[in-house]
Amino acid sequence: MRLEPVADPGLLRMLGLPLLALGATVVVASVLAMLAGANPFATLGLIVKGAAGSKFAALETLNRATPLIFTGLAVAVAFRAKLWNIGAEAQLYAGALMTVVIGTQMGLPGVLAVPAMALAAIVAGAVVLLVPVLLKVRMGVDEVVTTLLFNFIMLLFISLLLEGPLKDPMGMGWPKTESLPREIRLPRLVEGLRLHWGFGLALIAAVAVWVIQTRTTLGYEIRAVGLNPNAARFAGIPVNRVLVKTALLSGGLAALAGFSEVAGLKGNLTLDLSPGFGYTGIIVAMLALLHPLGVVVSAIFVAGVFVGADSMSRAAEVPTYIADISLATALLFMVVAILLTRFRLVRG
Amino acid sequence: MTQTTAAQDVVLRLTGITKRFGKLTANDDIGFALARGEVLALLGENGAGKTTLMNILFGHYTADAGTVEIFGETLPPGAPGAALKAGVGMVHQHFTLAENLSVTENIVLGTQSLWRAGLGRAAARDRIAALSRDFGLAVDPDARVRSLSVGERQRVEILKALYRDARILILDEPTAVLTPQEADALFDTLRRATAQGLSVIFISHKLHEVMAISQRVIVLRHGRVAGEVATADTDRHKLAEMMVGAEVALPHPGLGTPGEVLMELRGVSLPAQGRRSGLAGIDLALRAGQITGIAGVSGNGQSALADVIGGVTAPAGGALVVAGAEVTEWSPRAALDAGVGRIPEDRHATGSIADFTLTENAVLEAYATGQFSRRGWMDWRAARAHAAAIITTYDVRCPGPEARIRLLSGGNMQKLILGRALEAAPRIILANQPVRGLDIGALTYVQERLIAARDAGAAVLLISEDLDEVLALSDVIHVMSAGRLSPAFPRGSMTPARLGAWMAGQGFTDAA
Repeated sequence: MRLEPVADPGLLRMLGLPLLALGATVVVASVLAMLAGANPFATLGLIVKGAAGSKFAALETLNRATPLIFTGLAVAVAFRAKLWNIGAEAQLYAGALMTVVIGTQMGLPGVLAVPAMALAAIVAGAVVLLVPVLLKVRMGVDEVVTTLLFNFIMLLFISLLLEGPLKDPMGMGWPKTESLPREIRLPRLVEGLRLHWGFGLALIAAVAVWVIQTRTTLGYEIRAVGLNPNAARFAGIPVNRVLVKTALLSGGLAALAGFSEVAGLKGNLTLDLSPGFGYTGIIVAMLALLHPLGVVVSAIFVAGVFVGADSMSRAAEVPTYIADISLATALLFMVVAILLTRFRLVRG
Repeated sequence: MTQTTAAQDVVLRLTGITKRFGKLTANDDIGFALARGEVLALLGENGAGKTTLMNILFGHYTADAGTVEIFGETLPPGAPGAALKAGVGMVHQHFTLAENLSVTENIVLGTQSLWRAGLGRAAARDRIAALSRDFGLAVDPDARVRSLSVGERQRVEILKALYRDARILILDEPTAVLTPQEADALFDTLRRATAQGLSVIFISHKLHEVMAISQRVIVLRHGRVAGEVATADTDRHKLAEMMVGAEVALPHPGLGTPGEVLMELRGVSLPAQGRRSGLAGIDLALRAGQITGIAGVSGNGQSALADVIGGVTAPAGGALVVAGAEVTEWSPRAALDAGVGRIPEDRHATGSIADFTLTENAVLEAYATGQFSRRGWMDWRAARAHAAAIITTYDVRCPGPEARIRLLSGGNMQKLILGRALEAAPRIILANQPVRGLDIGALTYVQERLIAARDAGAAVLLISEDLDEVLALSDVIHVMSAGRLSPAFPRGSMTPARLGAWMAGQGFTDAA
């Protein structure tokens, strides 16, 4: 068997193969559920019900999808330029940190506080990614390593702050910060429903990234640098400057995940603010084929799997690990599906 | 010509080979036979289907229809190695030798079981020596490939095929990397080899070589056999006509009228980088209304020279003077802003972005100008119109401006790059191997455009490994050898043989 390039994949291939990948994932998840001693149909039913079976469940899924949209966009933007930002987690925490600092220390009124927190978060996230990218551009240091390691540095730094200057004096000794005053939290998207404006902001960000990528010179430069840096450089595109701009955009987007979690949901900063949203963002972006609007869809899908699996494991005796394994499987199948949209298998 | 080739003499027969890639039919019912002891030339433009045909022969592609017979046996489709085993050897344009091994090791590599390596080394060496004597392939069997010239490496590739008892030898553009003297030696070898019963398929664009070496010519056009003639019954003119389907007039431009110096290199030097030759104190003046040709065997500093002129590299020593002022900041952007239009050597790696559309590629050098963007917003409508204009003006055959450039043949890709460069109305044009691998149609077209640009007052620098091209087009000629540049020779003052001597490094006075 060999691979031959396909000139024009056609709509059937483009849509059918990812659906097939999804189907294959369901099969694998069913087998896992059976191995755990449960009825696979019941298990899958419980996951779907837990993710979207009620208004509450659906909103919970969208809430969970919000930070994933931001980190997914951050990764998608960076990967387009072949800038391997594995550090969305660190940028998320940098954003969360600045949100808490501005929100609890400055005493700004609500109208000013929210934009100030968002802006400070964006700047912090951008700076956190700027360091590895400058190291890459100036000295050729591999950004995969540096951005990854920054995740640990940032977590330890936050931990230091939570035990020291930012520790909540009324926190009964828990490592957490003071909470933002109610009036500077992100309002509910719809009154009475547990979905905050962070989700709206995430949708706006996705559209904005899409517009940047398709309509602006920066988006054009980012794609050129990602597809063929040699040709881009030859054509006079300032490759390093484009990488720096990409870093600022990507870091800022990831930081908004932290901002939205703090200002929209949690209100304060703890070390378990993110259960790996930065890393899951990589899966979200890859499943979306790095398309910014696709990121919204894949983030909701991934969030649904997590939320649904949580709910399912409470009802059935199946561990939530099935969610992680299913997502990993989905990613692998999707990678194969993507390959098969561009190449076809030929006998001999 | 199967009627005139007696059946028992046929060593290779292709019948009804058809191969489609999507809508494109790369090979359409191609059939011909190769006789024992003949040199069959395969002529055709890039995109005519030669490469696809060879890939099918070697089992890299599976044909949609048709069969390959070697010595009467039908090859199983899509089985790489079957053709090799049946006695077909191929010498590619890009050699496949291990640099750090000796000639003997390279030739023996892959012919013996791993467990027996070392045994029979002496026998192998003797056999190689005998082969190289019989076929006039002078090469030292103990030399490291690293130390060999391009011509010698090609001989090793041919020896490799002969050592594996190839009775059919396929040569893909074999003279592209050779000096005229080396090419003559290769032809001599081929004559000896065919006298001993070897059959050769000679793939080339160079008509005079086809006339000189082949007995029969198959012309491919748009994936079909456009004609088959005995070489004795044809001439260069008729072959060229068959290739493009119409009569072509190879350009015979008059001399240009040289104007002011637009760009000058004064003692420019650049250190060598890895295997790439540097520059050793080069003086060069590019005048308006003049084509300056750079001849030389590839790898003698032409790439470094092109990089300096195109803005990719700033000179390490010496001065670069553009429009009378010495440049201090030199980059691709600076070169473009100074009015340098560039046609890069490698249209795939540096000239275009394969997964970009024609539109996106067409504005690659000018996307940031007011023509195609305003305040950071792309004007895609203007970009598409620009691409469409280039497609029409420069006859780029493609599905449309929104097709990915990856799908285009080399010639059409090159026309788009040419259009992109010329539409910016450059004062200085760097044309580095502008027609390499192009069919006669595209080749003539590109050359005529360069001449027209010269006549409109541009200074053209033409870097080419094809001596005929340099001789035909240039108003003045320099030769490059080992990073050095010869003095300027006016057109007509040098014979190919004398230029060949310069290309081999004779005549340079300095001890660089």
